[in-house]
Amino acid sequence: MNIHAIRAIYRFEMHRAWRTLTQSIISPVISTSLYFVVFGAAIGARIPEIDGVSYGSFIVPGLIMLSLLTQSISNASFGIYFPRFTGTIYEVLSAPISYLEVVISYVGAAATKSLILGVIILATAGMFVPLRIEHPLWMVLFLILTSITFSLLGFIIGIWADGFEKLQLVPMLIVTPLTFLGGSFYSINMLPPFWQKVTLLNPVVYLVSGFRWSFYGIADVSPALSLAMTLFFLAVCVAIVGWIFRTGYRLKA
Amino acid sequence: MESIISIKALSKRYQGGFEALRHIDLEIRRGEILALLGPNGAGKTTLISIVCGIVNATEGEVTVDGHDIVRDYRAARSLIGLVPQELTTDAFETVHSAVSFSRGLFGKPANPAHIEKVLRSLSLWEKRNNRIMTLSGGMKRRLLIAKALSHEPRVLFLDEPTAGVDVELRRDMWQLVRGLQADGVTVILTTHYIEEAEEMADRIGVINRGEIILVEEKTKLMQKLGKKQLTIQLQAPIETVPASLAGLGLDRSPDGETLTYTYDAAHEQPGIGDLLNKLNNAGIGFKDVHTTQSSLEDIFVSLVKDTR
Ligand SMILES: Nc1ncnc2c1ncn2[C@@H]1O[C@H](COP(=O)(O)OP(=O)(O)OP(=O)(O)O)[C@@H](O)[C@H]1O
Ligand SMILES: [Mg+2]
Repeated sequence: MNIHAIRAIYRFEMHRAWRTLTQSIISPVISTSLYFVVFGAAIGARIPEIDGVSYGSFIVPGLIMLSLLTQSISNASFGIYFPRFTGTIYEVLSAPISYLEVVISYVGAAATKSLILGVIILATAGMFVPLRIEHPLWMVLFLILTSITFSLLGFIIGIWADGFEKLQLVPMLIVTPLTFLGGSFYSINMLPPFWQKVTLLNPVVYLVSGFRWSFYGIADVSPALSLAMTLFFLAVCVAIVGWIFRTGYRLKA
Repeated sequence: MESIISIKALSKRYQGGFEALRHIDLEIRRGEILALLGPNGAGKTTLISIVCGIVNATEGEVTVDGHDIVRDYRAARSLIGLVPQELTTDAFETVHSAVSFSRGLFGKPANPAHIEKVLRSLSLWEKRNNRIMTLSGGMKRRLLIAKALSHEPRVLFLDEPTAGVDVELRRDMWQLVRGLQADGVTVILTTHYIEEAEEMADRIGVINRGEIILVEEKTKLMQKLGKKQLTIQLQAPIETVPASLAGLGLDRSPDGETLTYTYDAAHEQPGIGDLLNKLNNAGIGFKDVHTTQSSLEDIFVSLVKDTR
């Protein structure tokens, strides 16, 4: 294991986040706070409790997931795309470092940032609405698994992308809609029966549901299924990354 | 002499089918300075990129100090430092952190003393806390060299290291390369400045259209291919070359004031003394005589032209 290399890349990436603090931490916190002000306080007061949880509190896990997903993807995809774009990737490719180590350092750094962000948003949420965490260990587990999985997805996007537009494409056209439609702001039980079935095809449903369960003990699908699906996405992403590196796809001519 | 890099039957076909390298065989000797010359698009950068692990070979094998670059990539790559042709650097990092980063990337524990030594040798120490984007082009080039030297490589690839570098700095760089060679580092450089190869290299390789057309000791190469020319300035113009001097290959200039005699440096042949005697006998007086030897540049141009 080339520990020095992992540490070097990890530090470099964390340093980049620190340098772009406004973009990486402050702006997600502000936008999440706006959601709380609008949905939690202004509109939420007129929405009845869902399964005994006030609407403002109900949306907290979904909002955290929303930030976690979009930030993991954008962090990780940018982290690997940018060196490809500027050409500095040559140094990583020429270094005595295995692909596993490359993934650990880039994805590890992106996942760390997402985790930190998740905790900050959680704390921010606590200032607006009452919070209750029934299964803290499960919450942390879901938080970590989701950060890693979507950082891996971001890494894949960063390697696949051949322009800045594509970097934005997946988060904007796929992930954000899926998150909004994935029960971040409502319980899928509130939907007509047909749409409930359709919604189950949306992977984000399982993430949000499991995460919310760890807070309030209420879930749209069973927590075990949520965990299984999360692990399944993780496995899919790992497999794709493995394939990318075996073939050198878009990294080496 | 023992070789440190051994390239066997290496071919590269890029996606789209372009054959950038065809069946390259090359042994690079431990401790030498090898200059790779070749016109734009010859395949120099491709060759270097394959050895360094940036481009995948289509066929063939490369070993670095006995380590296969694919199977044993860790051992192979940790011996190599690369200064790429393009000025690719981060913008926001400082000089010092960029160089330390490179050292870590190559698996070496931090060593501030070494980093300082490298930065000083490249006159970058004063700039160590500056962001990279505030550096000039020549400074960025030196930064890339510093990054490549940060992990104490045994083999250094310099892909056009002196492009865009001022004359004084170029001499400093040559000095640096000689110093590295004295420490036992093998240096492979590509350049379009032939005088640079002439000045620096122990051996010279010429690549054209993906093929190595020649690898030779510089001195031998210049002997073997170098033409010498004797120019004789006459006291009085002559109309024709006298019959007694015909068959020696003398060229009369259009104004009849000079004669030139071209001969091969390899065969110190039909004595110049002889020739001058013959001139005397023919009653042709001369004011001045001088010889010129063709430069590496002439040699290079004629080599590449032949294969075009
Ligand atoms: N990624 C790539 N995809 C397709 N073709 C490529 C690629 N990189 C290089 N080539 C082609 O391979 C050939 C060799 O390129 P290379 O960069 O090795 O030349 P070079 O000898 O370094 O030239 P120069 O002196 O201009 O730097 C060129 O014809 C180039 O167009
Ligand atoms: Mg080149």
